[in-house]
Amino acid sequence: MGETPSSTTTRTSSFVLMIIFITLALSLTALILATTAFSGGQEVTAGYLLLLGFLGVAASTYVLFQARRRILRLRIAAPSITTTIECKKCGFKSVRDFQRGDYVFKEVEPCQKCSDKMLITAIYREVKEKEKERSFS
Amino acid sequence: MNMLTAMTALQNKLLQFPGGDIFSQILTIVFYAFFFVFLFYGQRFQMQIMLREVESSLHKLRYIKDEGRKIAIETIKEIGKPQTDPTARVDRFLEYFTITPQSLDPAGVVWKLEHILDVRDVRFKDEVKLMAPSADETQTYNLENTLEAAMALNYIYKVIRHFYLLGKKTLSLYIIMQIQMTLPLIMREAEAYANALKAFAHGQPIGDGGGALVAAKLMHGYETRKIPKDNVGATVPIEGRTAYVIKAEGPGGNVGKPGDAIKTIIEENEGKIATIVMVDAALKLEGEEVGEVAEGVGAAIGGPGVDQFKIEESILKYRIPINAVIIKEDIGDAVSPMRKEIFDAADKAVERIKQVILERTKEGDKVIIVGVGNSIGIGQ
Repeated sequence: MGETPSSTTTRTSSFVLMIIFITLALSLTALILATTAFSGGQEVTAGYLLLLGFLGVAASTYVLFQARRRILRLRIAAPSITTTIECKKCGFKSVRDFQRGDYVFKEVEPCQKCSDKMLITAIYREVKEKEKERSFS
Repeated sequence: MNMLTAMTALQNKLLQFPGGDIFSQILTIVFYAFFFVFLFYGQRFQMQIMLREVESSLHKLRYIKDEGRKIAIETIKEIGKPQTDPTARVDRFLEYFTITPQSLDPAGVVWKLEHILDVRDVRFKDEVKLMAPSADETQTYNLENTLEAAMALNYIYKVIRHFYLLGKKTLSLYIIMQIQMTLPLIMREAEAYANALKAFAHGQPIGDGGGALVAAKLMHGYETRKIPKDNVGATVPIEGRTAYVIKAEGPGGNVGKPGDAIKTIIEENEGKIATIVMVDAALKLEGEEVGEVAEGVGAAIGGPGVDQFKIEESILKYRIPINAVIIKEDIGDAVSPMRKEIFDAADKAVERIKQVILERTKEGDKVIIVGVGNSIGIGQ
């Protein structure tokens, strides 16, 4: 495993970034030139420059957002885990985030109501279902 | 003759530039150029697109693998408090391999495989103890599981990289195609392992522990004893029957050896067991709901097959009927933190087990209930 642990995968290459920003700068210049050409009476040239400028801005913005989306897609999302604690005597229930060392049926802090020992009864993650597929159920 | 004239006319028509203007001429040239380029290089373009797709997945795999390694090292440093930097040892561990026994003569191969797996297990535990001297037993089990997940990610990355480079080197469409076509499934598995890594590092219950959770729910509140190997058992009265409930010892990441545990209980009772009910998490098919509970017959247990073989041998000796209850989930759910649906399904599985016992046994009978799966984050 001779590779460096800090992966370069999550970083957009500086060359790509440079190309994006040069395109963006040229497109903005084209837009400025278009306004100058339009005020100078050269409507056709202004039209072409306007088209070129808008296309350039749109393309570079799209590529920039795509690069960012790729980085976000790569991240390993840590799901939130819920721990449910119950008092078997009085039925008091409390829900909190998972803490290292929690496990199902572990005895934890005394109950706030009856001071009896409380028990971890559930540890789970909730998944928000994406739009239900049109199933063949 | 007429036919020949018509053919020549068509040829001339096709070869001449349609329209007289320069724009049409350029378009026609471009069209012909594309036609011929795709005619001769179409497959190569397709191959390049596939290679690009594999390359993009390979980038993601490399990131996941590096993250896995980082999480494993950080967890070892945090929990194990080693005197020296464990990085080099972790890197060596990630490259470990296991050679399965020769099966040209299949007789006795299960015992050979069991021995190899035992050696592997002991070796892994010793390595973890060296890496993390301050870790207690539960943490050692969890660290071992964390390292195994990191190892799996490392292996997946290396296999995909192998086929990618081989495909690039040989420009063989079939090498590239086979990897590109299976890539979505491989990526799902890699993502599942990435999630598992965090769950193992934190000691959270995973979907695979569905069976162990059912057993834990049944045995909780009753006296437990250790059963070889790495299992715990409790004698629980259920519906007028005596149930021997078995699960892997928790809350550390451990699957135990249910085959040995079942054999021990059967021998202790001289084979007088009315039925065995095995509960396990099983892979669902697409379209099925996560947490669906189903029932059947047979030894519900995965893994390399050693325990299934032992269970089948034990029940055959005394002709003991075996029933199975499964909780359905996909590969991603099996190795990532337990979903609420699976947790809730444990209660449904308990009810189903009671129903099986009521229907299949008489009052006063002895039954064995085995909760199969990883006991990480699940006590007893």
